[in-house]
Amino acid sequence: MPTVFVNGQEITIGDKERLNGIQVAERAGVDIPRYCWHPGLSVVASCRMCLVEAGKKDSATGKITMQPKVVPACQTPATDGTVFVTNSPKVIEARAMVEEDLLLRHPVDCPICDKAGECSLQDYHFEHGREERRADIQPFTSRRRELGDTVTLFVDRCVMCTRCVRFTREVSGTSELMVINRGAHEEIDVFRDENGKLEFPLDNKLSGNVVDLCPVGALGDKDFLYQQRVWFMKSHDNVCAGCSTGCSIKVEENQDHVYRLKPRTNPHVNGYWMCDEGRYGFHHVHDANRVTEPRRLEKTGYVNVEWSVLPQELHAKLKKTSRLAVVLSPHLTVEEAYLLAKYAKSIDSSAVLALGPVPTQGTDEKFKSGFVIHAEKCPNRRGVESVVASLGGSLLNWGDFLGLAESEAFGAVWITGGYKTNWNDDAAVASLANSKLLIVQDCFASPLWDRADYQLPSATFAEREGSYVNYQDRLQSFKWAVRPPQGVKADGQLYWQLLGRTGLYNAAVVVEEIGREIPVFAPAIGGVPEPGVDLKVNQIA
Amino acid sequence: MKPDDSSITWIPEPQLGMTGKMFLPLFVQGLTTTFKHLKKSLGGGTVTTSYPDQEPAIAAPLIYRGVHRLNKDHEGRVKCVACFLCATACPAHCIDIIAAESPWPDREKYPESFAIDELRCIYCGMCEEACPVDAVELTSLYNLTGRSREEMIFDKEKLLSVFDATKDKEPMKSEAFGGTVT
Repeated sequence: MPTVFVNGQEITIGDKERLNGIQVAERAGVDIPRYCWHPGLSVVASCRMCLVEAGKKDSATGKITMQPKVVPACQTPATDGTVFVTNSPKVIEARAMVEEDLLLRHPVDCPICDKAGECSLQDYHFEHGREERRADIQPFTSRRRELGDTVTLFVDRCVMCTRCVRFTREVSGTSELMVINRGAHEEIDVFRDENGKLEFPLDNKLSGNVVDLCPVGALGDKDFLYQQRVWFMKSHDNVCAGCSTGCSIKVEENQDHVYRLKPRTNPHVNGYWMCDEGRYGFHHVHDANRVTEPRRLEKTGYVNVEWSVLPQELHAKLKKTSRLAVVLSPHLTVEEAYLLAKYAKSIDSSAVLALGPVPTQGTDEKFKSGFVIHAEKCPNRRGVESVVASLGGSLLNWGDFLGLAESEAFGAVWITGGYKTNWNDDAAVASLANSKLLIVQDCFASPLWDRADYQLPSATFAEREGSYVNYQDRLQSFKWAVRPPQGVKADGQLYWQLLGRTGLYNAAVVVEEIGREIPVFAPAIGGVPEPGVDLKVNQIA
Repeated sequence: MKPDDSSITWIPEPQLGMTGKMFLPLFVQGLTTTFKHLKKSLGGGTVTTSYPDQEPAIAAPLIYRGVHRLNKDHEGRVKCVACFLCATACPAHCIDIIAAESPWPDREKYPESFAIDELRCIYCGMCEEACPVDAVELTSLYNLTGRSREEMIFDKEKLLSVFDATKDKEPMKSEAFGGTVT
């Protein structure tokens, strides 16, 4: 086992591990400042911020020979006997010089920069920079340049780390960004014609990631630009509901308003990235057209029902019906699907369970780095299917269910939605004409919603709590990020109450219960860790 | 900044002498004022102000902390750049800003809406301290009245009009105190 020394501390690394100075220092609890190095990109060692002293310890004599000059830690491999010193006066001076050089031509317009508060240049300046700026440049307004529909460039704020350029070459494989000019005049840009019009704009489906990658405020997200200062927001771990990839994300909100989504590092699912469709696909959470009142159809029209009496009322009605059918949306979490299916089976042991429509769009898209955007635009088809398969029912798909509903008169049909757009049509309404009691639970009005006997407003992904099972059978749990709008209750809470449970819906308790009852979910027993659990882990023999 | 930072000089608290411990100097100082006023009023002079018939004179209007104003630059545009530092510094959470891209080519960001709840404000002056462009300032207007709570939430137009009303009497403090004037 190779041993590496970081500031005199012995760190043992694995035989096969290929780590650089920054990574090995992280294990020793030492943070080495850097701009250009990112674990998901290639090494260029151009920013010179991670300069450290490096040397070699002779294993036979124990003598340490240091290299005379400071070297970039990102480019120095950690091998047996490598010695790193990150806190010597030489290193401290080198960092201060790099920081001063980067700030020479920087506009220092932090008050109007969206990155302020999470900016590496700011943080490193306070930590490693000089106390005073010796350059006699007054703060000025940065030049701004459009790069595409999603990203804008503040030219003068850039520190030329080229993370964004490398991202488009190595991860998205689209190579829109480049460095123009040389020396002190270097700038990031895209190809333009002689009039400055964009010829090849930054328009790949992963373009939003360059904003996260940018260590300073040079790249701005147009969707988020000037919406909120970052220090006001709280970050909540969540899972993207945009497609069956199920990227680990962070939902950043302030006072129950979601302002942006960011990828969360998860080597098993999305690495460091997420797609633009997922990133900007949260605006329906605050759509003014969301339905926010539980209502019941009377002869005179719809009347509002109080959430406090709704579970008892529904239960009384459903108990009296003969044949029950439940449509489980692939937007439900595993826990919600389980609770609702269990409730349906408790009322009518032969209840029909069907899967809601599974939206698909195009074909799976694979990028250069291996990142995949799936065509299946729902997060939890596999989770819902696994739950139903084990509860002893056969799961119908949406088309089959509508066919069955035409031939058979159901006493009650409970349909769950949660889709972003209108997902059903008048044909579906006509197919369900024979059904006596129609309960529709959804976020937006639709033909089925307008015909429902009970209209129950539903929560969006940011308001839900539970777990999704992604395309590779990885179960990831998350908690709610924002409270639902007034009048809306999270679906899980309603099912929880329908099953006669008291208190608040607790997804962690339910997933534990599912793990004990359904063998497929057994890996989830004992708590689901942050990167999720692989449900196939027991099947690989 | 950490307590052991080399740029901080720590000074021990001076020891109080016997008279200090008995509060004698302060005692004498207070009673001096009392007797001064007593002497003045016995001699026929008044020491109180008949407010509201008579307005009290504010000795230093430039450092008085009254109603806020939003300063304008030399082109008459709002100086504020919507950085939210005042709202961040505000201990009473009475400042509400909505930022937007500015309509002017030489500026990047400006406040689309800027509102201060004058009833919630505690007039501490932290917003003025925090402002990097000297846009929000406290004036010497102190007699603030209104008929409803809504009326006391001053929006951008109102705050700019306070600037117009007070700019002649109270020049921008940045000028007086050597700040950035644009």
